[in-house]
Amino acid sequence: MRISNLTAPVLAAGILAAFYYSEKVVQPKPRDDKIHVVYWEKWTSFEGDAIRAVVDAYNASQNRIHVDLLTVSGIENKTLLAIAGGTPPDVAGLYGPNVAQYAEDRAVVPLDDYCRANNIKRDDYIPVYWDMGTYRGIQYALPTVPASTALHYNKAMFRAAGLNPESPPTTIEELNAEAEKMTEKGPDGKYLKMGFMPAEPGWWNWGWGCIFGGALWDGRSRITANSPENVRAYEWVQSWSKRYGATSLNSFKSGLGNFSSPQNGFLDGHVAMELQGVWMYNFIDKYAPKMEKPVREWGASPFPHPADRPDLADTTFADEDCLVIPRGAAHPNEAFEFIKYVQSQKGMELLCLGQRKHSCLKKVSPEFWKNNPNPYVHLFADLASGKNVIVPPKIGLWPELHDAMTNAFDEIALEKKTPREALDAVQTAMQPKLDALLEIQRLRDRQEHRTADSSPQRHKDTKKSSPGTAGSRTSAHPRDPVALVTPSPVFGRGGRGVRALRLRAYA
Amino acid sequence: MKAFSRERWTALAFIAPWIIGFSVFLAYPLLASIYYSFCDYSVLRPPVLIGVANYRGLLVDSVFWQSLGNTLWYAAFAIPISTVVAITLALLLNTKVRGMTLYRTIFFIPSLLPMVALAVLWQWIFNGQQGVLNDILKKISFGFIKGPDWLGATEWSKWALVILAAWSVGNAMVIYLAGLQDVPRQLYEAAELDGATWWQKTRNVTLPMLSPVILFNVIMGIIGSLQVFTVPYVISPAGSPARSIYFYSMYLFDNAFIYHKMGYACAMGWIMFVLILILTMTALKLSERHVHYGGS
Repeated sequence: MRISNLTAPVLAAGILAAFYYSEKVVQPKPRDDKIHVVYWEKWTSFEGDAIRAVVDAYNASQNRIHVDLLTVSGIENKTLLAIAGGTPPDVAGLYGPNVAQYAEDRAVVPLDDYCRANNIKRDDYIPVYWDMGTYRGIQYALPTVPASTALHYNKAMFRAAGLNPESPPTTIEELNAEAEKMTEKGPDGKYLKMGFMPAEPGWWNWGWGCIFGGALWDGRSRITANSPENVRAYEWVQSWSKRYGATSLNSFKSGLGNFSSPQNGFLDGHVAMELQGVWMYNFIDKYAPKMEKPVREWGASPFPHPADRPDLADTTFADEDCLVIPRGAAHPNEAFEFIKYVQSQKGMELLCLGQRKHSCLKKVSPEFWKNNPNPYVHLFADLASGKNVIVPPKIGLWPELHDAMTNAFDEIALEKKTPREALDAVQTAMQPKLDALLEIQRLRDRQEHRTADSSPQRHKDTKKSSPGTAGSRTSAHPRDPVALVTPSPVFGRGGRGVRALRLRAYA
Repeated sequence: MKAFSRERWTALAFIAPWIIGFSVFLAYPLLASIYYSFCDYSVLRPPVLIGVANYRGLLVDSVFWQSLGNTLWYAAFAIPISTVVAITLALLLNTKVRGMTLYRTIFFIPSLLPMVALAVLWQWIFNGQQGVLNDILKKISFGFIKGPDWLGATEWSKWALVILAAWSVGNAMVIYLAGLQDVPRQLYEAAELDGATWWQKTRNVTLPMLSPVILFNVIMGIIGSLQVFTVPYVISPAGSPARSIYFYSMYLFDNAFIYHKMGYACAMGWIMFVLILILTMTALKLSERHVHYGGS
């Protein structure tokens, strides 16, 4: 009885003390008089360290602005919800292909005026990395780290099959033949090793048509999923299923370990050749150091092209991560100050060297090349600067088109449908969706023009204040009048004009 | 008069947390989603009314029909199979054997696993190349049965999920078990006096007495399997291969958060609501003649 009489007060006091202490620990540090820019970025591990170094360097370089870096997973969804909820970060690190979707919804701030004022221009960039941030002529994003792809191959497996490890295939036909030589089957009929398979790693299942000179849309109003080049490409995809057996291939693929692990099919010597990006070196370094040292047992070279299309040599898939200023950001001007630092040669090289990639900028310091541990970094930079650079279609419809193409790939690889049938199905399903989207876009544009014309006051106001000093309203690009009227009176409660027009678009 | 009103205010104050929570977190979102289902709404732009265009669009959307078909297929097989498995287990675990509590615990454990862990675990069990399930099939059939690549073949992927559902019936099983222990002892004694066999007792005493519990579990099963999301989404967010395990909720989620078509997704949500309502009403109606409640 006496014990329990004491226990309760002691416990309560202990809990109170713990509360007090924890509150004291997590108390925000005394506010400085700096402007705090909130920056959400997706990277972790050494990629996260690289951006941390850039942020630290920027914070140390001046004493007006302090960038608070926050690591956020699933950044494209969380940024979406934060913008919708009116509490976005000042800078968000999105993926390049997100830009169209966000720009279409005016969820990110146009950067043209900022770029002009700060002499940040396309000429300084490897064009594709600038262009991925452009949507309908307006710059919405600037790149952070670039990517491009090439054929990665395992030299030991080349030698074991009696192939010359110094001359990887340059045409699709050679790829087919050499892959066959490196393929091994076990006594139970299961594949032990594969030379190559279109479904591995499976990230460009939508894009094989591009390797054969096709495209998914014409850049304007037509989906071109079932173009002759695409059909040819997916016939090639299906030829693998026919030659090796669709179920055997699938079952082999299911036995490969996770990408980010030592059991990765390429890293543990199960797959001899893969389409991979500039990032692959990092995974080799981390999970299969024996492929790099003492002797380099892997190589990278431009992905093969069809023998009858020499003009398609050096085709590469380009991608990038990028920075945007979300609509409603509290400190857009200061946010751009930080973006500007990342776009400087110094900031860019610090970041891209930290991630062992090439630079998005044309101008690169000799030390950058020298200190970059990635042995093929020049190749990736050259491929990205070449003429056959492929990027995902810049339309708001892209995620849906991507999923439709991935599904078509499955149907083709599993021989459920002929390439023609599967691609026709994509065409039939997606074209009406694009039509509706473009119709809405057109009507929206017209409506926005009308709004812009009828509100000269706003135009004048924005012109007076130069970018960089203006408040949270940023730019008044002639082609983007609505940027300065968000939330716009037209869209606020669904103006009747737009509503009627939209109904027509859906009909 | 004054006292009465003060009493009423006090009562209201006491239930206010619930009323506020309900209106803010349930009633408002529900009503808003009805409105959004008639809008073009990307979340990032304010909604614009477009009438029934979302619903009309769904009618001709082949992915919508495919995901609905997959979901109904799954429900049609997962519910009966899980019910049979759960009742069988409950009957077995209701016998008087030494160490019964241990067995009961073992069969209940799977339903304690988080869905995500469960999905990752079964992905490896079903693996076509090194999966333990195929290995066991091969061993017990002396190498005769070569198991399929469960999650890689369109013919098998949905069956894999049905098996998975049947494996995690612990919750339903416990409810059945409780129902079984409620069956009055004297009914069995009367049946035994009449010389009933084990099967006759099960058929004529146990199942009728259990029928309200079965009805409850079946209805919960209908609701649960039409909304199946976590496990297939963890196994393959795109429902691969070839959208064979692409279910209704997954397409709804993609529309809302990946394609930025929240209005379309809301329309899908309300169609699902109506569908579940109809199926539940049908189940209740059909069961009227077969369900015996204690009092009647």
